[in-house]
Amino acid sequence: MATVISNERLADGVYHLRVEGDYGGAMGQFYMLRAWGAFPLLSRPLSIHQVNDDGVEFLYHVVGEGTKILAELEPGDSLELEGPFGSGFPAVDGKVALVGGGIGIAPLYYCAQELPGSDIYLGFSREAFRTEAFRPLAAELTVNVGGLVLDSVDFSSYDHIFVCGPHPMLKAAQLKGRAAQAAGKGPKVYLSLENRMACGIGACLVCSVSCRDGQRKACADGPVFLADEVIFHD
Amino acid sequence: MINMTANIAGVHFKNPIIMASGTFGFGREYSKLYDVSLLGGISGKGLTLNPKAGNPGVRVYETASGMLNSVGLENPGVEAFIVKELPYWETLDTARLVNLGGNTLPDYVLGAELIQRDADARSAAGKPAVDMIELNISCPNVKEGGIAFGVKTPAAQEVVRAVRAATKLPLAVKLSPNAEDIAEMAEMCQEEGADAISLINTISGMKIDVRRRRSVFNNLYAGLSGPAIKPVALRMVHQVAKRVSIPVIGMGGITSATDIIEFIMAGATVIQVGTYNFMNLRAGSTLVEELQEFMIEENISSLEEIRGII
Ligand SMILES: Cc1cc2nc3c(=O)[nH]c(=O)nc-3n(C[C@H](O)[C@H](O)[C@H](O)COP(=O)(O)OP(=O)(O)OC[C@H]3O[C@@H](n4cnc5c(N)ncnc54)[C@H](O)[C@@H]3O)c2cc1C
Ligand SMILES: Cc1cc2nc3c(=O)[nH]c(=O)nc-3n(C[C@H](O)[C@H](O)[C@H](O)COP(=O)(O)O)c2cc1C
Ligand code: FES
Repeated sequence: MATVISNERLADGVYHLRVEGDYGGAMGQFYMLRAWGAFPLLSRPLSIHQVNDDGVEFLYHVVGEGTKILAELEPGDSLELEGPFGSGFPAVDGKVALVGGGIGIAPLYYCAQELPGSDIYLGFSREAFRTEAFRPLAAELTVNVGGLVLDSVDFSSYDHIFVCGPHPMLKAAQLKGRAAQAAGKGPKVYLSLENRMACGIGACLVCSVSCRDGQRKACADGPVFLADEVIFHD
Repeated sequence: MINMTANIAGVHFKNPIIMASGTFGFGREYSKLYDVSLLGGISGKGLTLNPKAGNPGVRVYETASGMLNSVGLENPGVEAFIVKELPYWETLDTARLVNLGGNTLPDYVLGAELIQRDADARSAAGKPAVDMIELNISCPNVKEGGIAFGVKTPAAQEVVRAVRAATKLPLAVKLSPNAEDIAEMAEMCQEEGADAISLINTISGMKIDVRRRRSVFNNLYAGLSGPAIKPVALRMVHQVAKRVSIPVIGMGGITSATDIIEFIMAGATVIQVGTYNFMNLRAGSTLVEELQEFMIEENISSLEEIRGII
């Protein structure tokens, strides 16, 4: 059982949850959260937004039943956390761009702390949030509301690009990475996928990702994958 | 002292709690969370002779008190299992069930033969790593013409007979709740030499995405599990336990010690826990403890006292 330190509303349907305790984890890893009894049945995966001496933090978007319950949590309330799970973003050298779309900015904050001097691109469809927290960590911060933030990223000028966001954005990032590679530049593009999960630890195979070398598990082999490895079916 | 042990065809279970196939991998992942050797047993991820990639598209969907899954038997194949997983199973002090599925009759038979051969080699070396085969005849479309083995008794009979002939290992047959007549199916398994009946597998179900106007699953239908199916499972265990003299391994929606007791009272010898592993990653250790407490509280000194009392 973990205890809520705070659960602040940042924008319409977007919350910043801070949880007390001795919780670790690397950038891009996630926890399975549960602040209810038997129903909803499954726990919900949320990426680590930040870890520090006080505990662990999450940034989440209210989309359905589970996240609605999370949004009602108040300081002092308890919840269950299991984790950290997954293999996150690699520790890299060179010129790095962090590209987040919407709630996809959640795991990038921790990356920004771990990789100071990165260029950070944050895109939002309607309302920007948490951008000011990123500013001091960025070499350059680009914020886009209503457009396609990916269009601002020159893929050929980076060694590593970390992307987290909605499905179409991930597919587009894969294509842009390939185009840059075809032009002789070789950015390594990493995508954080959000497949539906049940166990979160690699035992049930519901989170399967088609990769070039066969089926992989989003929860245990990912959620972060090299963009070139992933085969998007839709 | 309370006695939680059970025995099926000579296989000892230190308690009646077995982790259900497909929800526990081969135990490795959960062993990082607790000591899986405190379990009564583990039924491994369903295997087929050859590796299977499973189904594309969405594989899980939550329902009211249950979940639909469309994993489609993704698995590494029997040979890879023997090489990669059995050495790990050797290190565990719990009953180990190999869950064997198939697409065709020869697949089932060859799979069972491979496991038997390996079990022989291992026991010759003094280290048996497989205690039982759990034959899964609940997977769809196993023959051209497309009648699921698990639905019609004559088709099921052919597989059970062939696998029984292919292995000396204790054999549990896992039945599908979609069978036309579950009790008849169970009787047939007993006649063909099965040592136990496992039930139930998931119930065929469906979910439609009304905005996209299509089923959320590429395969249209998916398997329903979890608390939602417990009443059905319990009824089937009760029906089957009354009809056969071999032990019944009961499962479907178990999430608590009282659920376990219900299944035992309905006639199950041991039980399996599937979906609850996702609700509580430490389900195994939670339930072993809870069951012990419940038996003390209710003055039940052994499961024999309450088995099949309904
Ligand atoms: C590794 C990982 C990290 C994630 N990190 C974050 C994060 O930091 N912040 C955040 O807001 N969201 C994150 N998500 C998505 C988040 O898990 C879902 O939005 C959430 O589970 C929805 O639950 P719900 O009960 O509110 O929605 P419901 O629609 O009621 O959920 C029903 C089911 O669908 C699943 N589901 C629904 N949407 C998603 C989705 N987009 N991804 C995966 N499963 C989904 C749920 O887990 C649940 O099983 C992450 C997902 C994954 C896999
Ligand atoms: C994700 C998932 C995968 C499963 N895979 C298998 C399998 O490979 N072989 C099998 O016999 N049963 C499989 N099952 C069925 C379970 O073993 C069990 O019979 C069923 O889920 C009912 O129990 P429960 O309600 O406790 O989950 C699977 C169930 C789930 C949820
Ligand atoms: S969620 Fe179970 S294997 Fe990934």
